[in-house]
Amino acid sequence: MMLSDQTIWGLETKANEIRQSIIEMLLEAGSGHTAGPLGMADIFTALYFKILKHDPKNPKWEERDRLVLSNGHICPVLYATMAHAGYFPIEELKTLRKFGSRLQGHPHREFLPYLENSSGPLGSGLSQAVGMALGDRIDRGPSSDRYIYCLMSDGELDAGNSWEGAMLAGKEKLRNLIAIIDRNNIQIDGFTEDIMPLENLRARWEAWNWHVQEIDGHNFSEIVSAIDQAKAIFEKPSVIIAHTIPGKGVKEFERDFHWHGKAPNKEEAKMALNELRTLSGKIRSEHE
Amino acid sequence: MNNLNPKIFDKDVEQVPIRKGFGQGLVLAAEKDENIVGLCADLTESTQMLSFKEKFPERFVEIGVAEQNLATVASGMAAMGKIPFLSSYATFSPGRNWEQIRTTVCYNNANVKVVGSHAGVSVGPDGGSHQALEDLAIMRVLPNMTVISPCDAIEARKATLAAAGMIGPVYLRLAREPSPIITTEETPFEVGKAQVFYQPNEKARVGIIATGALVYQVLLAANQLETEGLAAKVLNISTIKPLDEEAIINLAKETEAIVTVEEHQTTGGLGSTVAECLAKNQPTKIVFIGVHDKFGQSGKPAELIEHYGMDANSIKTAVRRLLN
Repeated sequence: MMLSDQTIWGLETKANEIRQSIIEMLLEAGSGHTAGPLGMADIFTALYFKILKHDPKNPKWEERDRLVLSNGHICPVLYATMAHAGYFPIEELKTLRKFGSRLQGHPHREFLPYLENSSGPLGSGLSQAVGMALGDRIDRGPSSDRYIYCLMSDGELDAGNSWEGAMLAGKEKLRNLIAIIDRNNIQIDGFTEDIMPLENLRARWEAWNWHVQEIDGHNFSEIVSAIDQAKAIFEKPSVIIAHTIPGKGVKEFERDFHWHGKAPNKEEAKMALNELRTLSGKIRSEHE
Repeated sequence: MNNLNPKIFDKDVEQVPIRKGFGQGLVLAAEKDENIVGLCADLTESTQMLSFKEKFPERFVEIGVAEQNLATVASGMAAMGKIPFLSSYATFSPGRNWEQIRTTVCYNNANVKVVGSHAGVSVGPDGGSHQALEDLAIMRVLPNMTVISPCDAIEARKATLAAAGMIGPVYLRLAREPSPIITTEETPFEVGKAQVFYQPNEKARVGIIATGALVYQVLLAANQLETEGLAAKVLNISTIKPLDEEAIINLAKETEAIVTVEEHQTTGGLGSTVAECLAKNQPTKIVFIGVHDKFGQSGKPAELIEHYGMDANSIKTAVRRLLN
């Protein structure tokens, strides 16, 4: 599907609002992850505002697509996007990581039942999504139109469990499974290729019988058309390697692995919000 | 008593592997409920999932030698309304995939049934690497998890049906070798309920609390002790968690001391859970029979049970020493 300029502009605006919410909630929480959530804001926006079959007013709707977040530490972007999509009040985002909050430091569906899974320990989400796709196929057969999306990080591909899931999905030809890898090249100790090289990433997935696409993870047209193409592949699961910039939207945070696992302080948050609100200085009427 | 097998003390008492009861129970449960699915990690025949696989091929998933995947895929299937039973050897599952069971099964409160076969030294010749002696401890410590350890194949069949019928994570512990049939169809079985399996004619001086196939050794010991003038009452604990605290407290109140018997490390399993219960409610002298901080090894099952001090004679000796 070709996106109109107006649609793209609408998604970009929404993603910008979500990035602002991420900064605000991390500042309030005083801890958490910054780089991954900012980097994945465009993909989450595309999913919740364009791609997913879902109903925020009826979160248990049986026909909904399932979204599994495997790398739970980027949950600020999940929470912020869900709040903006109408699952719960945006005001609640400020409770992130606090005692009694539904927004646990890593997602826990016993606290927030709108989630499809709890996550945090890395490498287990893809297999859960594989299980969902298998369960769906048993009930609906191979032409089911419920899709299972797994959002995962590149760093968690160090974990054997990730590849166990990938092998099984390839063997089972799970066509309604679509994995999206946040290929931002960083993990907590440094750059992925220094910590544990993942390349040739495309070849690895192809070897397990997956359909592989590589996209610019900040380009809404590419995100949406990659999903369309994934849905058109009938014999294989699909993986979309989304090249993203960690910290995207705030220049001072971008591509710096030190921002993987820390939250901005008051000054940094003020700077980041200003940069987001002024669209990196393009809006000059912002006085803060 | 308690409708046990009348031939229990016969020399030719029927012997069936506990794991077989699981295999039968799974097929029965699956006939009743189409949501039941089976997942196995390349041990379909020896964990007795084969009849299920043959009868319901479309509901069976072969995972391969990948126990972490076994647990996580099951969690995903449960999220879609399925009731997954996953089976492997207990050293591998829940051994290798403990964190996956913790997070994707228990933390999610997913309706997944983990079946660990080949528990205990009675696995025999395969040796210590394949003899799970820690599984009760690592499953019992997880919130939301129910832990069941049947004493024979009949109880294993009932436990499998019960696990299928209840909502929430369950761990079911099975043994490999043929072991005596202790119970009958009429023997009561309820998750969370202990059953008196031996009631001496005179007032019992000692209470023996046992789980798994060793319940048979305990019954032999109690029977012989009674003829030798020492009265022991035996409690079969098929549900390690939630523990039937009332039955244990009452047994401690009516006897002088308690002996626990399990084919498991004496730390963390049945003995520990009984000790925790009695320390809180009815402080009592306890002797722990089981494996004492050692790994297993190759040998014949009976040889190994004797070597680690878990046979009827060792139990009798321990009881006598405790009361003297």
